[in-house]
Amino acid sequence: MAKIASIPKILRAPGPLEEPPAVRWLLIATTLAFLGLFLFVPLAAVFFEAFRKGVGAFWTAVTRPETLSAVRLTLLVTAIAVPLNAAFGLVAAWSIGKFQFPGKRLLITLIDLPLSVSPIISGLVFVLVFGARGWLGPWLSDHEIKVIFATPGLVIATVFVTFPYVARELVAHLDEQGTDAEQASLSLGASGWSTFWRVTLPSAKWALLYGLVLCNARAMGEFGAVSVVSGHIRGETNTLPLEVEILYNEYDFVGAFAAASLLALLAVVTLFVKSIVERHEERLLARGSGIPEGPR
Amino acid sequence: MTQPKAVRRSAGRARTRVLPGFGLTLGLTVTYLSLVVLIPLTALFARAATMTWSGFVETLTDERIVAALELTVGASAIAALVNCFFGSLVAWTLVRYQFPFRRLVDALVDLPFALPTAVSGIALTAIYAPDGWIGRFLVPLGIEVAYTPLGVVIALTFIGLPFVVRTLQPAMQDLESEYEEAAASLGASRWTTVRRVVAPALLPALTTGFALAFARALGEYGSVVFISGNMPMKTEIASLLVVTKLEQYDYAGASAIALAMLVLSFVGLLAIHLTQSWSARRGAAAH
Repeated sequence: MAKIASIPKILRAPGPLEEPPAVRWLLIATTLAFLGLFLFVPLAAVFFEAFRKGVGAFWTAVTRPETLSAVRLTLLVTAIAVPLNAAFGLVAAWSIGKFQFPGKRLLITLIDLPLSVSPIISGLVFVLVFGARGWLGPWLSDHEIKVIFATPGLVIATVFVTFPYVARELVAHLDEQGTDAEQASLSLGASGWSTFWRVTLPSAKWALLYGLVLCNARAMGEFGAVSVVSGHIRGETNTLPLEVEILYNEYDFVGAFAAASLLALLAVVTLFVKSIVERHEERLLARGSGIPEGPR
Repeated sequence: MTQPKAVRRSAGRARTRVLPGFGLTLGLTVTYLSLVVLIPLTALFARAATMTWSGFVETLTDERIVAALELTVGASAIAALVNCFFGSLVAWTLVRYQFPFRRLVDALVDLPFALPTAVSGIALTAIYAPDGWIGRFLVPLGIEVAYTPLGVVIALTFIGLPFVVRTLQPAMQDLESEYEEAAASLGASRWTTVRRVVAPALLPALTTGFALAFARALGEYGSVVFISGNMPMKTEIASLLVVTKLEQYDYAGASAIALAMLVLSFVGLLAIHLTQSWSARRGAAAH
């Protein structure tokens, strides 16, 4: 045994459940080449194009008033949409995750619905409701309330597309956890409210973080749905992704990619946090079920 | 003393809900869901319903719309197929092998989810343009990507990849090694084992991945509109036509195309669901 172990792994004959080393390395190389070309190169291109004319040009581009106002609008929309959907996610998770009732599966499916609707259709439905010729259009214009082609429309469309992210993570998590801890807490005299804050929520904090990160990324990066309801008024209703489009169509490539690089940075941070949460959950799962970590 | 206890227990059985707040939270959930998602979506159906059937058919059989729908469905299907191939490869490598930076590569797979679609769109266009990093090597070979249907396929492949990989990975992790061991001990070569034992076991997950990637591609907008060039009859996708109709204040026309897209993606998902439950039943009957 000791003799075999001392031979480098790659030279050993493959076990019955392994591919020959040459095949293994060919597959790994193909995977890396494919992902490199297909995923890494586009990401690198964003930063390369943003800094193509130097740091000065990049800085001038990001600090332009239109770009800054787009950043502010994106932050504003996100600051409304994410907390709203997070609050909903917590409420939904309590009712769906902790109780059994008829129609539970249907409700879970309906919550996921915005994920399978095209972003363009997500914007379209709000034009049909709030637009000049929509359901509420005449009433809104009588009261001089602007929804479509204004900030409220952007917020509503963003709320729609980011609606499922927190809820689905929390519902799944609370459903899995069962109600033993809550029942124990209640039987020890805690109120329902403090049981929620001190028992349920701490146990769900990673799931909540995971949902929040995904929700935030989608809210800041949404393009299709907000593009339909925005009206593209510069400095007023242009979120950062919409500003990227306008700059690009004006052949201001440094400007477009500089704005895009901010969003790409957000994506990288999102992936980073996401993979940390996933590793954490994996460890929890591994500890809980006694399955050793690592591939088989 | 026994009497109240028994009463309480039976009362507990009748009301199995021990935790408080069910009615309130369920009520809030359903209200918010209806306001944000369900009522707006019914607006689409209501608007489409105001069209006459012949008007609906006329809108959808307009040659520009037919061309866009054909391109959208065709490119989505090709992209999903390409993803089935490369997605299987990526998932297999990530699940079965150890190599440097495996964690990092695994995290990178989600990039198309995390990167805003407009950013993906301009990045892909910059790369595949005739003077781009990859485009400049393809043009001498006679392959044009940017502003052609091939560009649409590339963009749709980009955004669909994580769906296939993330559906396959858990299925590969859950594969019982007993079957592979049995096949190997009965003398099957590794290739035969993979082809005849592993691949069939992964087929349900692969079809789900295909369906998810396909459905996502049908409605995609941001990553495609830059690289496609949006030439009517040639590289115009269905979701762009919805936008065009809306800009002309043709709400009914926009709703008709949107409805067609929704129906297509739901039919796709339903077909996969039915095939799967059918094959599961057949599998159960065979055992």
